[in-house]
Amino acid sequence: MALYVALLYYDRDKYWASSPETEFSPEYREFARRATEAGVMRGGEALHPVTMSTTITVSGGEGGDVLLVDGPYAEAKEVLGGYFLLEAADLDEAIAWAVQIPAAWQGKIELRPVAPGHA
Amino acid sequence: MDATDTLVEVLKGEGPRVLATLARTVGDLAVAEDALSEATITALDAWPKTGIPDNPRAWLAVVARRKALDLLRRESARAAKESAAFRWGTEAAPDQIEDAIEVMERESSLRDDMLRLIFTCCHPALGREAQVALSLRTLARLEVPAIARAFLVPEATMAKRLVRARSKIATARIPYAIPSDTELPDRLAAVLAVVYLIATEAHAPTGGDAVARVDLEAEAIRLARLLAGLMPDEPEALSLLALLLLTSARTCARTDADGNPVTLADQDRTRWNRAAIAEGLAWLSEAVTRSGGVARAYQIQAHLAAAHSTALSWQETDWDRIVGLYDLLGSITVSPVVALNRAVAVTERDGPEAGLAALKTIAGLEYSHLWHAALADNLRRLGRTSDAAGELHTAVTLAPSEVEQRLLQGRLRTVRSELG
Repeated sequence: MALYVALLYYDRDKYWASSPETEFSPEYREFARRATEAGVMRGGEALHPVTMSTTITVSGGEGGDVLLVDGPYAEAKEVLGGYFLLEAADLDEAIAWAVQIPAAWQGKIELRPVAPGHA
Repeated sequence: MDATDTLVEVLKGEGPRVLATLARTVGDLAVAEDALSEATITALDAWPKTGIPDNPRAWLAVVARRKALDLLRRESARAAKESAAFRWGTEAAPDQIEDAIEVMERESSLRDDMLRLIFTCCHPALGREAQVALSLRTLARLEVPAIARAFLVPEATMAKRLVRARSKIATARIPYAIPSDTELPDRLAAVLAVVYLIATEAHAPTGGDAVARVDLEAEAIRLARLLAGLMPDEPEALSLLALLLLTSARTCARTDADGNPVTLADQDRTRWNRAAIAEGLAWLSEAVTRSGGVARAYQIQAHLAAAHSTALSWQETDWDRIVGLYDLLGSITVSPVVALNRAVAVTERDGPEAGLAALKTIAGLEYSHLWHAALADNLRRLGRTSDAAGELHTAVTLAPSEVEQRLLQGRLRTVRSELG
């Protein structure tokens, strides 16, 4: 079995137009219930809107100047709205779950394998 | 074909089969690839002395298995952490692999292993470039420098592309599996698209000054043959093989003695490869039998190639049938290029007035040299020579390769001489 993080991306404009959700809506709770029952769900949270985020860079290597930027990284069209941690046998199984997450049709989902043993 | 060629052919033919089973049993494509490469080097050294063994596949399998065991032992000795790395299917320890490999000679399991290998190399989670690179390296057993040359990228770039693709297969756990029945149509389409893309690159190289790349064309046909053999019930796999054979039959006539391109209309048809045409027609008829009356894109394209390949001359071509086939193709894949080819056939069937009208209804080809060249052809036939020269001039400036530029410049000279 392998761990995948499903990153939930939304179109920036749409994400700001609707009231920012800081907790998962009923359809998300329904997905979480199904995935938990199947033993796939290993965690996940909604995120506060990007207006709440701070982007950090340390310039000039470790110990260098700390630069803070109010807002998300880069002027991306999509913003990260939340994530799930899914455990699946392989990529095909992880994809089969990811397509059931509402962000898959409301926005986009990026699936990334989690590198084990570094936490 | 000399002894070395025979040897290389055997290695190319048997290599993927040995690799397919080895990848499943050791559970790691990269290890299996390295082991097979080492076994191939051993074979190239030993076979010229001993002769090619009666059962080269078994010979390669035994040597590659031994190499794989060595690689795995070395790897697990290096760090316990790495041995926890992902293994496909059987979480077999190196000692158990010996037993697992014994099943490899069974044809049905070999067929499944080959399909696993193919669908892994063309998994949609890999980019198209990665799919093409993996297919040529892993399935066609082409060396990295040859693949790099074929796609005009530096060797290091191609090597990096392959490393990244293999590492994504392992890290993201792309499964070594045959797709389920519901996924199969889409997944098969992706595999066929990779082979078609390789053939297209061979037929019309995007760079350089060759009219066609015969070596790459042979690899595309080898892959198509492999797919048709493994999936004899899939009409589109058979149609793709038919299409590539029928197209390749004309390759030798596409260049004149000076290396200049010759268009279909002017080709010396006695130079066409009759054996390839016959084989292509046979596969096409098999595909028609299996498709239950529903022709999909590759089958229609194969019918088009067949209509040209069986015509005695450009003038005696069955243009009515060709226009009809393009209509059918256009109804399932909306493409300005299909519309352009249809318009060329309309010119031959109904004359330049109708051809010109058909060309002018096509949007989106303003920057295509082929569209301007087709306009020029119709204008010239209508006696509008100066307009034709203008279109040809535009076509020359838009031509993507040196070869096509030369061809169009030649035509432009002819038209200008008619202007006087």
